[in-house]
Formats: sequence, structure tokens, C-alpha cells
Amino acid sequence: MTQTTYLGAITGTLADAMRADPRVLVLGEDVAEGGPWGATAGLVEEFGPERVRNTPISEAAICGVAIGAAQSGLVPVVEIMFIDFLTLALDQLVNQAAKAHFMSGGQLRVPLVLRTQGGAGQRGGAQHSQSLEAWLTHVPGLKVAMPSTAADAAGLLAAAIADPNPVVLVENKTLYFRREEIPDDREPVALGRARVVRPGRDATVVALSRLVHESLAAAEELAAEGIEVEVIDPRTLVPLDLETIVESVARTHRLVVAHEAVRLGGFGAELAAEVQAAAFDELDAPIERVGAPFAPIPFSPPLEDAYLPDRHDVVAAVRALLGR
Amino acid sequence: MNDRGGPLDGGLGLELLRALWRIRAFEERVGQLTLANEVHGLVHLSIGQEAVAVGVCGGLRPDDVVYSSHRAHGHAIAKGAPLERVMAELMGRDGGLCRGLGGSMHLVDVEHGLLGATGVVGGNVPLALGSALAGLLLGGDRVAVVFFGDGAVQTGIFFESVNLATLWRLPVILVCENNGFAEFTPRSAHTVVERVSDVVAPFGLERETVDGNDVAAVRSAFERFRETARAGEGPLLLECLTHRLRGHYEGDPERYREALAAEEWQALDPILRLQRRGLDEGWLGEASPVELEQEARDQVEQAVQAARESPFPSADLTTELVYAS
Repeated sequence: MTQTTYLGAITGTLADAMRADPRVLVLGEDVAEGGPWGATAGLVEEFGPERVRNTPISEAAICGVAIGAAQSGLVPVVEIMFIDFLTLALDQLVNQAAKAHFMSGGQLRVPLVLRTQGGAGQRGGAQHSQSLEAWLTHVPGLKVAMPSTAADAAGLLAAAIADPNPVVLVENKTLYFRREEIPDDREPVALGRARVVRPGRDATVVALSRLVHESLAAAEELAAEGIEVEVIDPRTLVPLDLETIVESVARTHRLVVAHEAVRLGGFGAELAAEVQAAAFDELDAPIERVGAPFAPIPFSPPLEDAYLPDRHDVVAAVRALLGR
Repeated sequence: MNDRGGPLDGGLGLELLRALWRIRAFEERVGQLTLANEVHGLVHLSIGQEAVAVGVCGGLRPDDVVYSSHRAHGHAIAKGAPLERVMAELMGRDGGLCRGLGGSMHLVDVEHGLLGATGVVGGNVPLALGSALAGLLLGGDRVAVVFFGDGAVQTGIFFESVNLATLWRLPVILVCENNGFAEFTPRSAHTVVERVSDVVAPFGLERETVDGNDVAAVRSAFERFRETARAGEGPLLLECLTHRLRGHYEGDPERYREALAAEEWQALDPILRLQRRGLDEGWLGEASPVELEQEARDQVEQAVQAARESPFPSADLTTELVYAS
């Protein structure tokens, strides 16, 4: 086992992939400098500026160049510094990358990985803190993963690099410096496999990204009262491992879906719809949703803290389900 | 090859004329089949602009890469896509280039180096840069070309792409078909800069504006650019001044402009111009124009028949091809 941070796991996986395959390259704003958090630190020293390419602040062109490179034999890993800036590249991602295989009748492949990060909690204000993953899950042709741990960040990134389709990895900035032990032999984490993070019998909480950790804290608190919560991290939203979630609900008969994105139109709505369609008879209570209010993220620290869904919201949702 | 400086090589002249006619005859037939509801969707014809497609693509190898725009038929045909497969695609048939999943604005023929066409104006430009980057990193001397209209030049992605291509010195050739109209309004309603080559001037890339209705002029300018790109240098911008004879799309009532008088069009038409040159220079016989036109129309008719015989794709295809495996 090795001690690493979520960021360190990403850097290590990128280096492994670049060592193993000369077609893999990294491009984005300041990536040769390591980027603002250091996700690509040290790569240019080992692989040179041809394969670790700094770009201008041109999100659309960065994505477009990567798509063209992917269609002509390279395996680009693009970094978009904040998911908020992905708005600038959506034509490229949605119209050019996601549909190319389909619209060409299967002729083209776009083995592109787009790394970006979202999430609030660092007083970044409303344009540097969003959780926009639900938009991406609405686009056929994209795969979308949201790692919550270092091991999954490494495993999902490795799987994304090996995948012949465009894959977006939505990281979370507040998790970057979490330390954890990960196995020395890093294995790819198959896209489309959920993880049961904590087993339990009384209620299932399906949580995304940072909310996985909040849900574990909530489960700990509830366990002290004898309420055993099962926490599931889907890890990839597209493709979604509905089977693991439904299997859990069939045992607990109660479901909370929890994410940091605004509740309205959030991925939790899709999860709730899918679970009720697949297991309506198993549910003993309406599905509870935890998410942010329908408002931009406020800057003022006490307001931001109040805005963000956390362990207390998860605890309250589980109590509501159980009538306690 | 020689340009206006001397007579055209007769063999080449005939080859160019045949290529122009193939596109013209194909697109005129597409116009009819659109009215007949056999060809579907939004159809943008390049009638009048064929000399750009032929002058550029005729100078490329099959492994050279082309990205096209929403007005893609001419580029696809000039790059070598079989007529019947282009026609079948426009008809939404399984035998189409993209098995009927793409349509007129999204032609792809990887075998012949057509890697994409896009209905989003300007969206194709960075893709060609990426292909050029792949060429640089993977080796070889493949050239990447992107076609776009003058309307694309006002998009942000065009600016981002020119900046990046010059910054990284990518061997990509940007070919602008400046037909003076962006959809329904003249260039003067879109920008104060008349020439696209002037728009990119501050970046210092090699650029040239040519008469885009003179196929020999396009070809000769492009061949020079191609050799530069082949040597791994670039980017380069070729601006071809041309004229879109038809509307923006089939069915466009064109209330925004006066139709050209017949004599004005005869002076501009790239096919008539090359025919006049061939007759003047003696490499084209008096009877040949009619024969060449008929030969092209016959090929197109065979393509129409073949496309009609191709079935519509199975409905399962819609969900089968969302992801590559």
C-alpha cells in the first residue's frame, strides 16, 4: 500500500499511462507548470513539452485540437481547469466529440479524456464552484465519471484513457489533498461499476463525489443510534450501475440520493426515476433527494456554508425516510 | 503545374473539368431529389464553388486529411468519396458513407481521408489542427486541410484556432471559401474586414487570396501551400473568392439578393471558364464539353439508382453506434 492524495493518484496515473503508451499526451492551461493544484506536476520534465502542452486560455480550441488529435491516432488527456469553463467548450464536446462515432456510422473514434473539477467550499464564488455533471450525462456518446477517492481517481482515469470514447472525469477540488492508502498495483476501475462504500440494512444513500464522504459521516452519526445506512458511490454516472443500487434498495427499502449540484434537474432526479421504475414495490417511503437550493453559489462564507449540502442534510433525509 | 502564365497541360485540364462536372451534376440532381423528397433534411449546395473543392482536394493524397463544413458534398466527392455512397447518405440509406446516420452536413469517409464535416459553423477548424498535431507527433508527411466559409471567420473558435495553429506552427492548411455571404447576409453585415487574409494578418502566417472560380489558380496556389505543409511547416491560409449560385440551403427564397444575370454568371462559372480556356488552348475539342457533361450526368444517374436500391438502416442502429467498443 502507498500513501497518496487524490491529486497524487491522478499525477501518478497520468505518468504511468504516458510511459506505457507514447500516443498519450496532456494538454491544457498551465499543465507544463503543473496546473493550479499540481495535477500535472513533473510530467513535462519526464515527457517533454511536445507531450505536455501548455495552451492559451482557449477552452474550445483545446478541446477541438484534442478531438482532432484523437481522431488521428493520439490519446489526449485534456485538462479544463474549472468545470465552469467547460461552458466555453461545449460545442466541441457535445457536437464534435460525443457524436462523431455515431454520425460517421462507426468510422470515427474519439479516445479523448477530459479532466476537470467542480465543487464549492473554497469561497470561489458562483463561477468557480459549480457542479454541472448532470448536463454532461444528458449527452449520448459521452461517458461521465466522478471519483470520490484517490483509488477511484486513479482507477477511473486509467480506464478512461483506455476507453475508445470521450470520457469526462469530474474531480472535486475539496478532495484533492485528502490522503489515503491505495494499493501499489493500481488497477483500472471499470466504467459503470458502483462501489458499496459502507454496508447497512436500514436505508441506502447513493451519493456523488464529496457527498460520499458527507454520507459516510452521516452514517457514522446514525449508527450511534442503531440506524445502519448503506452508502453507495456509483463512481460513473454514464454508464450507470443501476443493478447495484437496485439490489441495495431491495434490502433496505429506503433510498436517499445526495449530490452537491442543485436539486432541480440534478442527477439525483434521474437516479430516483430509474430506481422507482425498477423497484417501486420495494420502496417503503418516497425517495429523498439531497442537493443544493436552486440558486447560484454565494460568495460570502457563512452563506456558502449554509448553501452546501452536507452530512446534516443526509442525516435529516434518512430520518425523514424512517420517520425518526 | 503552370497557372495563367502558360497553357494548361491538356490531360490535367480534362481531369479538372471532369471533376468539376461530377460535383455540378451531382448537386443539381440533389437539388431535384430534395424537391422530390428523396433527399432529406437541410441541404446546402456548393454549385458555383466547385473549383475550390477540386483545386484543393485534387492535389491531395488519399491519406491526407480533410475536414469540411455544412456545405460538404463537393469536398467529399473531390476527395474521392464514391458518388453512390454520398447519394445514399443524403437519402438516409444504410449504404451511405455514414450508414445514413450523418446526412448532408456530416459526411465522413475515413478511407478517403474525409474525417469530418460539421453543421456548426467554425466547429471543424480546431479538429484539423489536432489532426496536424497528430501528424507531427506520430511522424509521416500527411497534410491536414480544413474548409470553412467566410461566415466562420467571425466565430471565436476560428480566432482561437488561428492563434493556436500559429503558436504551435502546425502544418495545417486553412481554406476559406469566401462567397461573400454568411447565410442570408453579405459579409459587410458581419464585419468591417473585407478580406479574410487581412483578418489573420497579425499572426504572420503565409496566406494568399485567389480567384476561387479559377480552378487552375486554386490548384497552383494550393500545391505550393501543400508542399510547405508536407515539409511539416505551417499554418497557411488560402482564401478563395467564389460565388454561391444557389441559396444558403435548398428552399432558401433568397430575398436578400438579386439573382445574377445570365451573362454575369457565365463570366464567373468555373466550368464555363475552364471550358473556354480549353477551347482557346486547344486541349478541348468542340464536342467535348457536351460529352463531359453527359458522362458526369450518367455517373450521377447510376449513383442515384444504386442509392435507391440501398435499404434504410435497421432501427437498431440508432442505439448500437452511440459508443465505440
